[in-house]
Amino acid sequence: MNNTEKLKAGQIEGETGLWEMVIGLEIHAQISSKSKLFSGASATFGAEANSNVSLVDAAMPGMLPVINEYCVEQAVKTGLALNAQINNISVFDRKNYFYADLPQGYQISQFTKPIVGEGEVIIDSDDGNQTTIGIERLHLEQDAGKSLHDQHPTKSYIDLNRTGVALMEIVSKPDIRSPQEAGYFVKKIRSILRYVGSCDGNMEEGSLRADCNVSVRKSGEEFGTRCEIKNLNSIRFINQAIQAEAERQVEILESGGKINQETRLFDTSTGETRSMRSKEDAHDYRYFPDPDLLPLEFEDSWVNSLKASLPELPDTLRERLVADYAITPYDAAVLVEEKDYVEFYEKAALGRDGKLTANWMISELFGALKKENLTLLDSPVSPENLGELVMLITNGTISGKIAKDIFVDMMISKKRPLEIVKEKGLEQVSDDNEILKLVENVIADNQDKVKEFLSGKDKLFGFFVGQVMKVSQGKANPGIVNKLLKEHLK
Amino acid sequence: MSDLLKFDLLQASKAIKNKEFSSVELTNAYIEAIENTSSLGAYLEIVKDHALNMAKISDKNISDGVSRPLEGLPIGVKDMFCTKGIKTTASSKILDNFYPTYESTVTQNLWDDGAVMLGKLSCDEFAMGSSNETAAKGNVKNPWLLCKEVSPGGSSGGSAAAVASRSALAATGTDTGGSIRQPAAFCGITGLKPTYGRCSRWGIVAFSSSLDQAGPLTRTVGDAALMLNSMAGYDNKDSTSANLKMPNLMDYLDKGVKGKKIGIPKEYTQDGISDDIVKFYDTSISWLKDAGAEIIPVSLPHSKYALPVYYIIAPAEASSNLARYDGVRYGVRKEGKNLDDMYELTRGNGFGEEVKRRIMIGTYVLSSGYYDAYYLKAQKVRRLIKQDFDNVFEKVDFILTPSTPTTAFALGEKLDPLTMYLNDIFTVPASLAGLPGISLPVGLDKSGLPIGMQLIAKAFDEVGLISTAQVLEKSAGFNFIADGAAK
Repeated sequence: MNNTEKLKAGQIEGETGLWEMVIGLEIHAQISSKSKLFSGASATFGAEANSNVSLVDAAMPGMLPVINEYCVEQAVKTGLALNAQINNISVFDRKNYFYADLPQGYQISQFTKPIVGEGEVIIDSDDGNQTTIGIERLHLEQDAGKSLHDQHPTKSYIDLNRTGVALMEIVSKPDIRSPQEAGYFVKKIRSILRYVGSCDGNMEEGSLRADCNVSVRKSGEEFGTRCEIKNLNSIRFINQAIQAEAERQVEILESGGKINQETRLFDTSTGETRSMRSKEDAHDYRYFPDPDLLPLEFEDSWVNSLKASLPELPDTLRERLVADYAITPYDAAVLVEEKDYVEFYEKAALGRDGKLTANWMISELFGALKKENLTLLDSPVSPENLGELVMLITNGTISGKIAKDIFVDMMISKKRPLEIVKEKGLEQVSDDNEILKLVENVIADNQDKVKEFLSGKDKLFGFFVGQVMKVSQGKANPGIVNKLLKEHLK
Repeated sequence: MSDLLKFDLLQASKAIKNKEFSSVELTNAYIEAIENTSSLGAYLEIVKDHALNMAKISDKNISDGVSRPLEGLPIGVKDMFCTKGIKTTASSKILDNFYPTYESTVTQNLWDDGAVMLGKLSCDEFAMGSSNETAAKGNVKNPWLLCKEVSPGGSSGGSAAAVASRSALAATGTDTGGSIRQPAAFCGITGLKPTYGRCSRWGIVAFSSSLDQAGPLTRTVGDAALMLNSMAGYDNKDSTSANLKMPNLMDYLDKGVKGKKIGIPKEYTQDGISDDIVKFYDTSISWLKDAGAEIIPVSLPHSKYALPVYYIIAPAEASSNLARYDGVRYGVRKEGKNLDDMYELTRGNGFGEEVKRRIMIGTYVLSSGYYDAYYLKAQKVRRLIKQDFDNVFEKVDFILTPSTPTTAFALGEKLDPLTMYLNDIFTVPASLAGLPGISLPVGLDKSGLPIGMQLIAKAFDEVGLISTAQVLEKSAGFNFIADGAAK
């Protein structure tokens, strides 16, 4: 029996019944900062190995961390954007473990007193539904370095460029119920981070990675034992890994087994998760407050000033777009996904038909850019030109059909639509007399079809419209063509 | 003995500026003294050429009339301070090949003020010890009662022995639980631990970050003031450095103690203190009284927990601070079959017994399941200890205690770590409270070994500490010279 199609996202049909997934995410977001969290070294991506390493990063004897104020600001701003509680006193702790790419022998993180406490975000699914996902906390921590095991047959190489780079770890509550929701959550967080400017959200470069905690249960039961899948760096892998892991757990539970709480890795080549280390092998991190750093303390007034400096965020922006431009909530959701989209849209829609502009931007422009593998920033069509195109349609200068041809031209030539219209003489013809001539010609040339039409074959009306449009090279105003054909086909 | 070795820091400074002798002459005298006293084992590294170059610059400055506060004065540096291009081992095998590319803030401050670098001084490995016996390169001998082979104390044993033997005009030390004050007491010199935060910890090999503090070891209290003036100061590279202006201590010398209140904690006169020390404690109290101070009995009820608290917090921090010595990036690596094997061999061979013991204690007390019972509780008691001091300092200006319960013990005598730890019983409480303390010699015991008294002041009252200590110094008139001093 296969009724997969009838299952809701996040449900698994087992032998014993329907299972549901319980998912919590830990998102590691690299703060967009010139320098690292506790050292002055550059945090730029892609530099030559070990070229962005300060004495502090290399954990030379006697070196001490000094907090990067900019990173603290970004964390607080992000916390505010997540509607979360800002903790005016927070503490840095050391998380102790040995690894070759961890020079200090500990990671400076925040354990019991994070900088940001509970908050929430609203996620949008493709079907337009909204769900609220709780945020457990956000804390600041250092990234580790990179071990390269495949450069030499017997040796491992270490690159410390990433060592000490500032990360925000954003932990969700276990409120997510499907791989799809997990994806929407990551997208929403990424969008918020980009609006705030605290993280570029670039998953390919590793600026945004997620650990997924997955468990399964029968509806209404207590949470099951969870497994953590580490270090997923694309929404596709997040989807796949959660689905695969949940299915694995259902299989074990249904065959009478037990889930071991453990850390797992997702193998992108097999599409399966595999054990990395079990709870028994888990490190005892021996967390304790870092005595080299004072607690972070700030005043309400400082937090308030950061709050005031926040840009308009996706959720409020979305409401405003719906109100100001009379577009659908769905279109608004697409437009607010990225700050660049909204900025483009608002420029294009200035003084134009908002709804039509949104349609053109989302279906025509995004489609064309995707085909050309371009981002909105590289768009050959400027927002002003898109707006002009919409204006030419709404004021009757051109028909929607001609507009599509002009748009293709704009994508190549980057010209203003009005210029193209003039060059090619594409203005819509709305003069009754001019169109009447065309209508009379078409009727004269197709007497047999006229007879058929008059004897009751109503469908042929479209044929006549098409013929008139054709001879007008698409320039005839379709409304007038319709009107005149009706009058003369008698 | 070269005549030049008789001058203490303040005297030598004046004499050099008056061109009675040059820095090169003085530096040469000390280099000779170092060779002379090499059997003490105080120096790990001697930088003769470097010293003479610095001395030449100083002489030029003096002849140009632009001398700095410590111009031309040759001093030694505890091996816990990273010194650029000069081997820095923290007396450990694991750093036996380590040449820093940077200079610690405190030593840089000293060189900027004109001091001349003689070399690096032995200490207990990673400053963990009270006898200097845990140093990888072996014992340092106390220059007092040389024939009896007595410990100079620790961890700044090399620094204390060098100053007492007149093979350094002054020296830097670090104090975590008494590592400046106890060796100073054992070697008959002055040792000052400033308030936590006075001196930058940047570039000092970390032992216990919440306790470590640099300070001077000198012949006199005035010398300590001159040294500390240069060593201390806010440093934005150390987040725990105090952003306070250090008053010029030289403006506050010899201010007396009239009308000041001196607290005598009843808990500090307990069993296990040698009779001679008790006697000199009483004498010291009467000296202060005679000088116009008011003596007030006080109580520090939680001080009895100071040692156990210290031996939880310091090893806990050390276990984490020493994790960086893993053989991956610097230091002595012992190759192994794999990464874990390399760690075990490197750290197993590189660290000595005492360091390993403290790493294990520290790892244990921070383990999940034990953290609350040990580390967290220790932090709470630490706050109570500090609270005791806060309460007492509402009533008095300074606290007087002996520096140590006994005078210097024989090398190899204290094999049991617990007995060794007890030696820090008077110095640890002020460390836990972050308070400034000074030890100065007040007399000799029956066997001829120096006795030190400790004064403790309110946080950041180094000014008061210095002038009060000077009163005691004057009354004691301690002018004995160690039999093992340079000849």
